[in-house]
Amino acid sequence: MSVVTQIQPHRPGRFRVFIGRAFSRPSFVIGFTIIVMSIALALFPQIFAPYDPLAFDMTAIQQAPSLAHPFGTDNFGRDVLSRVIWAYRVDMQMALFATIFALTIGVTVGAFVGYYGGIADTIFGRCVDAIITFPFLVLVIAIVAVLGPGLVNMYIAITIVNWVYYARLTRAEIMTQKANDYAAAGRVLGYSDRRIIFRHLLPNAMSPIIVYWMTDMALAILLGSSLGYLGLGAQPPAAEWGVLISEGRNFLLTAWWMSLMPGLAIVLTGLGFSLLGDALADLLRPKGR
Amino acid sequence: MASISYLVARLLQIIPTFLLVMVFIFLLVRMLPGDPAIAMAEAKATDAQVEQIRHNLGLDQPLPVQFVIFVKNTLTGDLGRSIMLKAPVTEVILDRLPTTIFLALYSVVLAIVLAGPLAFLAASRVNTTTDVVIRSVFQIGLSMPVFYIGLVLLTVLAAQLRWFPVGGYGKNFLDNLHHLILPALSVALYTSAIILRNLRASLIEVLDADYVQFARAKGLSTRIIMTRHVLRNALVSTVTLLGLSIGNLMSGTLVTETVFAIPGVGRLMLEAIFARDYPLIQGLTLTFAVLVSVVFLLTDIVQSMLDPRLRKA
Repeated sequence: MSVVTQIQPHRPGRFRVFIGRAFSRPSFVIGFTIIVMSIALALFPQIFAPYDPLAFDMTAIQQAPSLAHPFGTDNFGRDVLSRVIWAYRVDMQMALFATIFALTIGVTVGAFVGYYGGIADTIFGRCVDAIITFPFLVLVIAIVAVLGPGLVNMYIAITIVNWVYYARLTRAEIMTQKANDYAAAGRVLGYSDRRIIFRHLLPNAMSPIIVYWMTDMALAILLGSSLGYLGLGAQPPAAEWGVLISEGRNFLLTAWWMSLMPGLAIVLTGLGFSLLGDALADLLRPKGR
Repeated sequence: MASISYLVARLLQIIPTFLLVMVFIFLLVRMLPGDPAIAMAEAKATDAQVEQIRHNLGLDQPLPVQFVIFVKNTLTGDLGRSIMLKAPVTEVILDRLPTTIFLALYSVVLAIVLAGPLAFLAASRVNTTTDVVIRSVFQIGLSMPVFYIGLVLLTVLAAQLRWFPVGGYGKNFLDNLHHLILPALSVALYTSAIILRNLRASLIEVLDADYVQFARAKGLSTRIIMTRHVLRNALVSTVTLLGLSIGNLMSGTLVTETVFAIPGVGRLMLEAIFARDYPLIQGLTLTFAVLVSVVFLLTDIVQSMLDPRLRKA
C-alpha cells in the first residue's frame, strides 16, 4: 500500500483508477474476496480449522453435518470441514503450479514465434495442431501413466500439454502488437529484438494472457481434483479435495457429506477464479475505456 | 466444385497433423524407463515372447525405422495385444467404443436441449433478473468438475430418490437412454454452460445486427426473423464451439464412465493405466486423437455449409 502512495503521490494514477473501477463491479468483488479467503486458508489452515484434520475420534464416526461438525465427520471420526480447510494448501498450490510453468514457457515461445515468424512458426503451428488433437485429460493421464501418479508428475504432464494454449494466445497478441508504430520506432532506434519483445511488445500483450491465466487456474483446480479423484494426482493420505471425495465414494448412501461437502470447496474456488477472470476481461478490454 | 476442392484440401491438412500425433504416441511409450519390449509384454512372459514383441516393434532397429514400423502396424489396424485383457487392442477398443460414442452424442443432445431455449430466453431479456439468474446458474455449472456433478446426481436422483439406475449399461436403445441419463447429464451440464455463454452472446449480437432490424422494419414475423435470420447466424459460432469442445466432451465421458461404471473406452483407459497395459494405453490415446480429428473435420464441413464465405479460405 505505502509503496503505491509513494510512487504516485500527487495524481490519481492509472493503477488507482483501475482499482476503483474494479471494486465497483460485483463480479470482481465476489471473485476477489473468494480468492483472498482461499489464499488465507491455504497459508494458515491451523488458524481456521476447528479440529485436527488427522485426529481420529472413534466416538464420532460418520456423523451428519451439525453445529459441532458443519461438514460432518468421516469414517474415522475426523472432522470433514477441517480436512477440507487443510486441503486448500494442496489445491491452491495446484492452481499455481499447474499453470505458472505453462504460462512462462508458453509466453516465451509464443512471443518469439510470433515476432520472428518463418519456419519456426510453421513448426509451432503443426505442434499445436497435433497437441490439440488429443483431449486434454486423455493426454495428461497418458503422460501421468508413463511418469507414474503423483503431484509433481501431474504438474509436469499438465505443463507439457498446457503451454501450447498460452503460446498460441501470446503468438496472436504479439503479431497484432508487432504491426504497431511503436514497435517500428523501437527498431528504428536500434533496440535489440529481445528488448523490443520483452520491454515493449509483451507488456502490451499481457492483458488477455492474464485473463486466460485466471480462467486456467479454475480449470487447473477442476483438472487436478479430477486426477486426485481418479487416483492419478495427489495421493492419499494427502488432503486434497478430489482425494477426499474419492475416499467418501463408498459411503455415498450412508454418509453422503464425506464426498459432497469437499466438492463445495472446488465449486467455490473455481467460481472465484472464473469471476475474477471474467471481471478482468471486461476491465482490461480496450473498447470499454 | 469449390466445395469439393475445399474438402480435399481440408483432408490433406490432416496428414501432417496426424504424423505428429503418431510421433507423440510413439515417443510416449519409448519415454518409459527400461526396455519398452518388457513394458509391452505380460509380467509372466517368457524370454522368447519378449523377443517376439521386440521383433514386432522393431526394437532391434534404429528409431526412425521403428517409427515406420509403428506407422505401418497402426495403418493396418495392428495395435498389439492388450496385456490385461489378453486380446488384440483393436478388437477390445472397437468393442467398447460404441458405448462411449453413444454417451457423448447423448450428452451433446441434452446440452443443446438445456442451453438452447435458455440462451434464447436470456438473450431476449438482456440484464433482467431472468438473464442474471440463468447466467449465474450456468456459471456455477462451469465451476463444477464433471465427476462431482456425477456424484451429486448419483446420490440425489439415483441413491436417495431412486428415479434412475445407479450405473451400468442398458440392453437396447431405450434401456440405454434410461441407464445413461445421469452420466450424460453430468457431462451435458458442463457443455451446456459453455454453449449457453456463447449462444447468448452471439444471439445478442445478431439480434442487434442491421439485417435483423431491416427484417423487422420490413414487417416480417418474429418467427421468420428468428429461424431464417437469427438462428442460422448464431448457429455458426455454436457449431464451431461444439466441435472444438469435443476434447472436453471426451475428457468428460472418461470421468463419468468411471463414476457410473460404464463399460466404455474412457473407463478402459483408466483400467489400462492402473494395470500398466501400455499397448492398450497407446491404442486408446490414438483412438481418442482419431475421434477428435474426425469431429474437427466434420465441424469444418458443417461450418462451411452454414457460412459459404469460409469455403474460400
